[in-house]
Amino acid sequence: MGGFDFTVITANWEFLAKGLRYTVQVTLFAMVGGIFLGTLIAMMRLSSFKALSLFAAGYVNLFRSIPLVQVILAFYLIIPIALSIFTGQMKPIGADNSAYFTFTIFEAAYYGEIMRAGIQSIPKGQVGAGYALGLNYGQVMRYVVLPQAFRNMLPILLTQTIILFQDISLVYAIGATDFFGAADKINQRDLRPVEMYTTVAVVYFVICFSLSRVVKQLQKKIAIIR
Amino acid sequence: MNYHWNWTFFFDVTDDGERYYQWILSGLGWTVTVALFSLAIALLLGSALGVIRTTPKKWLVWIGDTYVELFRNIPLIVQLFLWFNVFPELLPKAAGDFMKQDLPDVIPAILGLGLYTAARIAEQVKSGILSLPRGQTNAGLAMGLTLPQVYQYVLLPMAYRIILPTLTSESMNIFKNSSVTYAVGVLELYFQYKQIIEKTNQVLEITIVVTAIYFILAFSVNRIMALIESRTRVPGYITGGAK
Repeated sequence: MGGFDFTVITANWEFLAKGLRYTVQVTLFAMVGGIFLGTLIAMMRLSSFKALSLFAAGYVNLFRSIPLVQVILAFYLIIPIALSIFTGQMKPIGADNSAYFTFTIFEAAYYGEIMRAGIQSIPKGQVGAGYALGLNYGQVMRYVVLPQAFRNMLPILLTQTIILFQDISLVYAIGATDFFGAADKINQRDLRPVEMYTTVAVVYFVICFSLSRVVKQLQKKIAIIR
Repeated sequence: MNYHWNWTFFFDVTDDGERYYQWILSGLGWTVTVALFSLAIALLLGSALGVIRTTPKKWLVWIGDTYVELFRNIPLIVQLFLWFNVFPELLPKAAGDFMKQDLPDVIPAILGLGLYTAARIAEQVKSGILSLPRGQTNAGLAMGLTLPQVYQYVLLPMAYRIILPTLTSESMNIFKNSSVTYAVGVLELYFQYKQIIEKTNQVLEITIVVTAIYFILAFSVNRIMALIESRTRVPGYITGGAK
């Protein structure tokens, strides 16, 4: 096999960087979309309408009990079928595009549970106080509950985002070119597994380790405010 | 929608003479096998790591912390590829060739998943031990127990009970994560799912069935853990999350 050949990495850095950029893009998209959708699901789950809370509980339990790789493949194949109801024809949407949608929907279940804990961490009296001031439900949520819930849960939301960032590597299942996929494709051509997979592992480690340090610092900061 | 439903294809004969439902059952068997063996490794190693991270010995704490950071910050699929494609190259030639050619894929896959999950369990065991009042260690030591005895008879029995709810979700996770081992050649349930789609194109039926199986698996694990939780409960002690 010979020694560790850095030239394989330098020769392909552009392709790897493109993969990493895709990973970051999907992560950010799914984080924003997932937190938004997750907050709605948390509010539904805590609502007094039985139908809404049942739907939200079903959504969360379903996505939390099936493996992500299966969801990735299933959505990739089912979205075109579902779209064909409206357009009348089957058109593949592409692995790279379907991942944005899949991760948003999937992560919403996880972010939703975090936001539910956040909303429940706010004392009930504050909601009552809000109503007493004449605010309606939407206003109580928007001005009183959610800002605090969001701030309390920020470290956990970010920890979940680090997990999401790592989970993007599972788009391997549909052959999308994320960071890991890029390295894997280079390896299939150049047959340099040691260099390619080690590089991926090191880069992932450095990014995730640094981010988790940032989250730890943030946790300390928030702890002082409270 | 021009999708052709066909619920009876599960009883059709496959290329290798079996029937599709038999593929699903054999996949399920491997999923359970991989998950249970990995869980055993993860519990043993995770507990050991969790314990050494709470000892007064600095270098032990360092080993535990380093392990956890290393295995938590690299995606599972990348770790599995490291074990399969990089690790054999670092071994002496004979051992590396044995690993690549003769060793069944499922063994390094189980080890890989077990080592990955051990980091998460170590984190939980550590927080379980740290959540106990410091006085318990001191009381144990004052009674003449050695430090290992304090862990064995005083700290760990309570710590495990406290972390049972998080161990429950980790056990459910390991069943889900076992699906990633398809990428290194284990013929578990997700692999069969993918293969059946390629052969039959009946995406919706097989998705419904496999989703239901994973759902039932997760639910069963949840119930078994709840049973353990109620069996091991210490009367008069609230160990959070028990139903």
